[in-house]
Amino acid sequence: MGRSGTPPAMIEAVDVAKSFTLRRRAGRGPRRVRTTLSAVDGVSFTVGRGEFVGYLGPNGAGKSTTIKMLTGILTPSSGTLRVCGMDPSRERTALARRIGVVFGQRTTLWWDLPLRDSLTLIRRLYRVEASAHRRRLAELTALLELEPFLDTPVRQLSLGQRMRGDLAAALLHGPELLVLDEPTIGLDVVSKATVRGFLERLNAERGTTILLTTHDLGDIERLCRRVLIVDHGRLAFDGDLARLRQAVAADRMLVVELARPGPPVELDGIEVVRTEGPRQWLRLPRAANAAAVVAGLAERYEISDIALREADIEEVLAGLYRGDHAYTPTPP
Amino acid sequence: MYALLAWTWTRAAAQYPVSMLLLSLATAVVGALDAVGIMLLFAHTPRIAGFTAAEVLFLYGTSALAFGISDILLGGAERLGQHVREGTLDALLVRPVSPLVQIATEDFSPRRFGKLLPAALVLGLALPRLDAPWTAGRVAMVPLMVACGTVIFAGLWVLAASLQFVLVDSHGATKSLTYGGAFLTQYPLTLFARDFVRGVTFAVPLAFVNWQPSLYVLDRPDPLGLPDAARFAAPAVAAVVCAVAAVAWRTGLRHYRSTGS
Ligand SMILES: Nc1ncnc2c1ncn2[C@@H]1O[C@H](COP(=O)(O)OP(=O)(O)O)[C@@H](O)[C@H]1O
Ligand SMILES: [Mg+2]
Repeated sequence: MGRSGTPPAMIEAVDVAKSFTLRRRAGRGPRRVRTTLSAVDGVSFTVGRGEFVGYLGPNGAGKSTTIKMLTGILTPSSGTLRVCGMDPSRERTALARRIGVVFGQRTTLWWDLPLRDSLTLIRRLYRVEASAHRRRLAELTALLELEPFLDTPVRQLSLGQRMRGDLAAALLHGPELLVLDEPTIGLDVVSKATVRGFLERLNAERGTTILLTTHDLGDIERLCRRVLIVDHGRLAFDGDLARLRQAVAADRMLVVELARPGPPVELDGIEVVRTEGPRQWLRLPRAANAAAVVAGLAERYEISDIALREADIEEVLAGLYRGDHAYTPTPP
Repeated sequence: MYALLAWTWTRAAAQYPVSMLLLSLATAVVGALDAVGIMLLFAHTPRIAGFTAAEVLFLYGTSALAFGISDILLGGAERLGQHVREGTLDALLVRPVSPLVQIATEDFSPRRFGKLLPAALVLGLALPRLDAPWTAGRVAMVPLMVACGTVIFAGLWVLAASLQFVLVDSHGATKSLTYGGAFLTQYPLTLFARDFVRGVTFAVPLAFVNWQPSLYVLDRPDPLGLPDAARFAAPAVAAVVCAVAAVAWRTGLRHYRSTGS
């Protein structure tokens, strides 16, 4: 696009919050009480040009709500938001020309139209020139392997095909920023791989900035250099994958099988996080010497089996969500 | 942009030419039945409330034409409620064209023009049979009143659509769609309220779309004794209705809250 005065940051969010007023029935009768739900509760982050950022969090964390604010669908309750240098809710239509949006859970295509017609409508909506359209369509058709189902009504497409169609629809106008809400949700392994491979190339070769939400860690590990983790509407982590891995390394898990069920074992410097009959899960701090701990345990308890494993990323996330790890914002 | 989108949809619809033709015919026939009803009424009495058959057909023809055109242009806006309830409005909002235009052109098909046929026919029948003092002003008034009528009705479609933002929200339909169950029992309520609102809003300005200008064209005194200026108020009323509709639409859109996923 090369507009003059385009700021270097694609997305700038400062203390962005969104709350919904809910009306609930109070007991019996028609009376309703209002309650406020904070879906996004003061989130700040910056995404630079060309970055590939994963927005990760459990269900109901506020990921979709954030995406809806970034794209201008929802107006933030407070805070300031700039996307491509624009205020999304005020300049929604202008912004729409510069970003592409994909919702994994619902299509932006027209249900009853063949994919090809949907893409023609998109071309009209974005006023893409015929020659540019033809070129991009050919390119996207090849990359996403759309050819076999271009003439099939969207209604009849499989989820994986539909997602590829949606990706093409979001990119026909050549956006600088692509925002995806759970693009791999429900996809089979092969479709997931296609979508991930495509996004990787898009970011690497075209330099398109990509922000995707997911609760699929595979997406993150394969694609994202930087991860934002959100929980209960707040940022719990902002940093690169390596730092997240470091946090992973900080904790190892010792699974001990005692000869008979008993109370949680007691040993200096370790914590029992779970017991299940004779089996107990012990968290080892990074500094702890595993061999010494095992020896100490064997001295005091009768142990029938023991296993040491690196905590996987899911556990770290679960820990992050519980607030086990202190969050330190990365300096810009 | 509207025309471009309408054309794209038409081309999509043209893939089934037979069904399109049949549907156009069906729409036209249903509309024509109304006109036949009026004719039958006058088969026995030459005048109703002091109006001749030609005059009543003129009233019917002009308002039906205005309504028909507005319906073609913006009648689809009715579907907004559905889009809001299902959260599909999200997809329309991320495109660089007003969601109103997108919804109105959705499924656009030339069959919609079928609705105009009976209205145009009735008007064609009525005009030569009118016993009106045809001055230049009166002749010009006929297309003007159809145009103003179209604009007013179009504004009302938008207004009705804007109300859907509120109706859906106030009945908690958005929420219950997310959480299932209760949605089914609340849906008829929404529907009922919508029909009621539509009835009232379309009936009131009809006086300016049709009745007052017709009094001028037919050179008749106003039975209610409103000042003569009322006969020329249609453009002003049209402007006011549009302004109100625009504000309502913007307000509605700002309060749109999507649905939980
Ligand atoms: N339109 C809405 N009305 C009421 N509550 C909503 C709405 N959208 C989202 N929420 C609530 O806000 C919270 C965050 O939702 P969401 O952003 O969809 O989470 P995520 O995408 O991370 O799963 C949830 O508790 C959800 O129920
Ligand atoms: Mg979500």
